[in-house]
Amino acid sequence: MNKLRRREALEGYLFILPGLLGLLIFMVGPIIATVAFSFAEYDLIQPPRFIGAKNFLRLFSDPLFAQSLKVTFTYVILSVPLSTAVALALALLLFQRVKGLAVFRTIFYIPSVLPSIVSAVLWIWLYNPQFGLINYVLKLLGIQGPRWLYDPHWVLPAFAIMGAWNVGPTMIIFLAGLENIPRVYWEAATVDGANAWHRFRYVTLPLLSPTTFFVVVTSTIGAIQTFVQPYVMGGGGVGGLGAPMNATLFSVIYLYQQGFRFFNMGYASAISWVVTTIIILLTLLNFALSRYWVHYSVE
Amino acid sequence: MRSQRLLRLRRKFWRTQLYVLLIVLSAIYLVPFFWAFTTSLKDRGAIFEYPPRLFPREFRFQNYLEAFSMYPWLTFFRNSVIITTLSVLGTLLSSPFIAFGFAVLRFPGRRALFFLVLLTMMIPYYTTLIPRYMLFKQLGWIDTFYPLFVPDFFGNAFFIFLLRQYFMGIPRSLFEAAKIDGASTLRIYWNIYFPLARPAVITVGILQFMTVWSDFIGPLIFLQSPEHYTLVLGLNAFRGVYFTYWHYLCAMALVISIPPIIFFFIGQKRIIGGITISGLK
Repeated sequence: MNKLRRREALEGYLFILPGLLGLLIFMVGPIIATVAFSFAEYDLIQPPRFIGAKNFLRLFSDPLFAQSLKVTFTYVILSVPLSTAVALALALLLFQRVKGLAVFRTIFYIPSVLPSIVSAVLWIWLYNPQFGLINYVLKLLGIQGPRWLYDPHWVLPAFAIMGAWNVGPTMIIFLAGLENIPRVYWEAATVDGANAWHRFRYVTLPLLSPTTFFVVVTSTIGAIQTFVQPYVMGGGGVGGLGAPMNATLFSVIYLYQQGFRFFNMGYASAISWVVTTIIILLTLLNFALSRYWVHYSVE
Repeated sequence: MRSQRLLRLRRKFWRTQLYVLLIVLSAIYLVPFFWAFTTSLKDRGAIFEYPPRLFPREFRFQNYLEAFSMYPWLTFFRNSVIITTLSVLGTLLSSPFIAFGFAVLRFPGRRALFFLVLLTMMIPYYTTLIPRYMLFKQLGWIDTFYPLFVPDFFGNAFFIFLLRQYFMGIPRSLFEAAKIDGASTLRIYWNIYFPLARPAVITVGILQFMTVWSDFIGPLIFLQSPEHYTLVLGLNAFRGVYFTYWHYLCAMALVISIPPIIFFFIGQKRIIGGITISGLK
């Protein structure tokens, strides 16, 4: 018997071996390497040279890095609440036992199926200040539309609006969260005389808060890592990285520029570490704040 | 009696409002597709017409052929197909295999090691991007397809998680019965567990297909010469050259989206199921 168990254990290790190797080669190894390289100067041609904490010192006095953090956080603050609210609103509408649920769900989901480059191309055209559909519709409503992707003040809101078009998976997660709430709670509230708003505010929102929390955490992490939109769409897609006027210089764009355009691999490693640390801190902050608004039902 | 009727009427009124709202929202979500499609059929002059026409004067379907002949799309298509096929193959060979080990076989440290795998899901892609690049450069793999599919042969944390859940739903007595009948563990995996997990395996395959087909940053960093570009990179380069030729850009953007849209319709239920699990874990 013991021999059989030993054999099973051995086979177990063999089965998970590819996974562990992958972990080591593509995760743990690279993570250790970025730590090492962040203390070095390395341009891929000359051998790496140890320079102590110089990369980090340079980071803290680099105005472009400061700009990249400002851009990234502005975008997080704009896009996370907007996308979360839109996804929740769509999920709530679909939750009303509507006929044709599958059709509506597909329609709201399908933008999320497109390759990100395709969405980017379509939206550059939609946002075109002169000939784009969005400014045309605004004009019909009597509003003079902004220059969107060409305007440093409007480019991030433009990305956030586009992000609200791309909320398929979040909407599905909310819908699943809603379906997990026992219907008796709403029925009891109705019997007690609660109107629709009360039911939403005092039953749905608290009971849904664990789902909302998950959505806020994952979409914050996602928003910090935004790459394709600024890379492809900034300045209408023809102004170079960070266009217009560094208003789309997201952290990951700056990392890409330092690493793969200027080949400052050491400096780029340092950036990646600071950004990763920020992601971890922000996630911890989210967890700390969750005490005040997330309710886990006692079961 | 009267209040009952009033209540029903009010309910009906709200229901109608709800459907009106849903239809308006659906229209808003579909407008970008519609706009891209009509643009793709206009002639060059009509694109810059103001006010814009919702429907073109004549439907120029030849735009698609013209756009197609302007760029080596066939090469890009071939590259996309090769990379996607190998990546999906690698995922399907590795992830269920590893998941089976975690779900069915018993060995010391199983929980801790599985936790380690889950932990890697939290690590941002960009954290490891630079050392990955250096690793592949050392191997001489830059400007080849290898960086884009070889890692998939070592499993993917989320898929391992998904498939492990599935395997754990199968009673262990099945494994023990097959053992008593003298089947080897590998045989049990391949002939019993893998076929049983077919729905989950197909889900994983579809999700991986959609991810790799649409991937932008991977090809951007690891591929250099245009003859190695994928469709996604090809569209990006095409956009750089013909940035005012919106009829051609919209045409190719729509064509590139056809495979993921088809796969979405085939696997809709499964994709939604997979996302639901990710949200409730």
